[in-house]
Amino acid sequence: MTDRQHPGRPTSPGWGRRTAMLLVPGLLALAACTGPAATPTPAASDTAPTPTTSPTPTASESTTLTVVTHDSFALSQELLDEFAAQTGYTVTYVAPGDAGSLTNQLVLTKDSPLGDVVFGIDNTFAGRALDEDVVVPYVAEALPEQEAATFAADDTHRLTPIDFGDVCINADLAWFAEHELGVPTTLEDLADPAYRDLLVVSSPATSSPGLAFLIATVEAQGEDGYLDYWQRLRDNGLLVAQDWTEAYTVQFSGSSGQGPRPLVLSYATSPSFEVVDGATHTGALLGTCFRQVEYAGVIAGAQNEVGAQKFIEFLLSDAVQADIPEQMYMYPVQRSVELPAEWVEFAPLAQRPYTMTPEAITEGRDTWIRDWATTVIG
Amino acid sequence: MRLRVGPALGWGAAAGVPLAFLGVFFAWPVAALVGRGLFPDGALTLEGFASVLASPRTGRVVTTTLAQAVAGTLASLALGLPAAWVLYRTRFPGRGIARAVVTIPFVLPSVVVGVAFKSLVISTGPLGFLGLDGSFAIVVAALAFFNTAVVVRTVGGLWAGLDGRPAEVAAVLGATPRRVFATVTLPALAPAIASSAALVFLFCASAYGVVMVLGGPAYGTIETEIWFLTNQLLDLTAAAALSVIQLVVVTISLVISERLQSRLTQAQRLRTGESGIPRWRWRRDGWATLVTGLVVVLVALPLGNLVVRSLRTASGWGPDHYVALVAGPSGPLSIPVGDAIGNSLRTAVLATVLALVLGVLVSLVVSRRPRSRVGRRALSVLDQVFMLPLGVSAVTVGFGFLITLNRPPLDLRSSMALVPIAQAIVALPLVLRVLLPVLRAIDPRLREAAAVLGAGPGRVLASVDLAMASRGLGLATGFAFATSLGEFGATSFLARPDAPTLPVVVFRLMGRPGWENQGTGMAAAVLLAVMTATVMALAERMRPMEATTW
Repeated sequence: MTDRQHPGRPTSPGWGRRTAMLLVPGLLALAACTGPAATPTPAASDTAPTPTTSPTPTASESTTLTVVTHDSFALSQELLDEFAAQTGYTVTYVAPGDAGSLTNQLVLTKDSPLGDVVFGIDNTFAGRALDEDVVVPYVAEALPEQEAATFAADDTHRLTPIDFGDVCINADLAWFAEHELGVPTTLEDLADPAYRDLLVVSSPATSSPGLAFLIATVEAQGEDGYLDYWQRLRDNGLLVAQDWTEAYTVQFSGSSGQGPRPLVLSYATSPSFEVVDGATHTGALLGTCFRQVEYAGVIAGAQNEVGAQKFIEFLLSDAVQADIPEQMYMYPVQRSVELPAEWVEFAPLAQRPYTMTPEAITEGRDTWIRDWATTVIG
Repeated sequence: MRLRVGPALGWGAAAGVPLAFLGVFFAWPVAALVGRGLFPDGALTLEGFASVLASPRTGRVVTTTLAQAVAGTLASLALGLPAAWVLYRTRFPGRGIARAVVTIPFVLPSVVVGVAFKSLVISTGPLGFLGLDGSFAIVVAALAFFNTAVVVRTVGGLWAGLDGRPAEVAAVLGATPRRVFATVTLPALAPAIASSAALVFLFCASAYGVVMVLGGPAYGTIETEIWFLTNQLLDLTAAAALSVIQLVVVTISLVISERLQSRLTQAQRLRTGESGIPRWRWRRDGWATLVTGLVVVLVALPLGNLVVRSLRTASGWGPDHYVALVAGPSGPLSIPVGDAIGNSLRTAVLATVLALVLGVLVSLVVSRRPRSRVGRRALSVLDQVFMLPLGVSAVTVGFGFLITLNRPPLDLRSSMALVPIAQAIVALPLVLRVLLPVLRAIDPRLREAAAVLGAGPGRVLASVDLAMASRGLGLATGFAFATSLGEFGATSFLARPDAPTLPVVVFRLMGRPGWENQGTGMAAAVLLAVMTATVMALAERMRPMEATTW
């Protein structure tokens, strides 16, 4: 339905008229020419592998492809157009929420999948996606073995790493210089009374970076010690914001909001977006980072498995990988791809970020969030 | 016989089509999701209720929800009624602009309002000295910011059309202005007041984004709990229990408001035209003007802050962010802003047409006055049923869509059509609340007179009911359009990254670091505000001629 070349044009001549009829039969007619369901295709190969001569079940294909992404998904329009032109598919993109919401929606719709391929499940929710079998194995050709091994969610090849980034505390360097205070470097420093009332983080219950940072503290302090650490942060004047936007654009002193707090939870790449006249006045504290990895996968029960696999290869292609930093502010998994000059200068990655396996995260996540809320929010 | 069957079929269809629409796109999805929580393995479990009801947090959350909704409604009425007087019953230069400005907040995306309000009240903000950050008062202020427009518009619309003669008669007979207001004006306005209060109550009870930002992390309402349980934890069992509690609260509030409205409604003569509306006078309108001034300040402070932030750049002041907005895909935007405006307008037109057609059908049916008590009851239930979507969590509807509209012939989950449909369901209650007071105020003798003069039932409907309804149509259109432009609850679950609407663009830009992204997001929000004000100002002028001659 979507006219990919002209996103601003009416999608088809009869669209407005038909919807305006607003009778349910009218909508049925509309539904019939929309989405992957319109094309009769055999059931997905993974659910009912019919015995064939070929040793592996045949992958399904159709002329439409539905791509389900998180709400931060963005790529240059030319690249998306090129993908549609090369494959000949009618591609539909839907972005129903952040990584957590996206994963939960895939779990909820297991018996009638939302689309063919998903991008945007991160390692904080990957465990749930894997446990619930919402994605099926696919070994991407374009992913070198070394990168596959570095970023793999597990050893089943159901989630293909596409990009990654570090969630870190950022500091307003100008503020620290002005107040002649040393910039903190570790998680432990944040609880130091010298940095009282300086830190704002977003809530792990309602924000992705917030959850990533909570996991970093569990990894650093251990399951027995992390709540005690948060208690110390709280005693040291920690401010908890609802989401990243409030933390960074209202409370943080180093960006457009010019708020009261010089330490904020954000990403390692954020300082490169605060560059003015060739210099940045913010920096990421690389000793406080959690490594976040974003994955793509073929959705179980996809109507167009071939197309889903092609889309994953497309995401790993050099052109898309080079576009990812500009569009989604994440590092591409392909090491060969050249990074923006500003990133090389202002957005270095952490040498030793905190990490945790998706399996361990899934096991603990909900309990940590609830216990965190009891300790910090009360 | 034909004469009786025809109209019955007609009325049946007029009620049936909107009901089927609501059933498919609201009741079914909600019931399916709640059903998943209550019957996780096919058998009923009350585990969710047990755990939810046993938790002390639940009591707190329900209390906060009710307190927030009641306080938000009272504040909106206290500010909205005097403002409705000044803006609709006095004449002064610039009145049209003032009316439009008051409406802007109603459609601003909550992410922007949250940021604009929060930056004002944090300790270092311009209003930091008030110490309001994270307080209940600031949540109520924000709710009043959003909803005063609803009161001003619904009550003001009726007030402007009120026949001034009964009040004049009372005054001539020696009643003081206060007594005239209490005994003549207030009873005449009561249906519109009750009607707008019901709307505002539901909006306040189910507010999400702005409440979360301003209330702080410890603040919790039924709505925020349902979001957390569904969206983050996928704990459908507990979420279902809370959804049922939410439905109960909403239903009780609707029953109360319905009782009030049916008791207060009376037929009255309406007129249009400005002839009877006096010029503004300090002695008569002074205190009401002060309250209106307060409303303008309440609206202007966050909006002003928004404009300021859209003009502030990393290196000083300037229109850079507006330039970036127009420059398009090379800058922080992934698509030209014109395309986003186009997407927004197209969706809004569809949603408005949908909401208006359904709204006119429902309001014509509901404004009938059947002789039997059962008939009257049935109609008032029908009326309230269409209000339900305002009180039910957007996440419940959104997730419900995923598990119901998922198979041919209704696989609409990735269809563009679902966005205007979802928005029309949210706009429909507003359309009804605008049209119904107008239709109900029609003197039955007018229809009788038409019938006596030989008009058939269809002719009576066209020349009396529809002609009268068209007076409310301008405002209804404006509200429906504005709702669609700003709606971001259900829409956020249906967003299309390749065809974003303006609020989606704002949301995305506000989620990125750097002056350029943030400032451009603010500029896009200002653009949205200007569009809304324009739409509402135009809607105000959409008064068909035939209605003004009566």
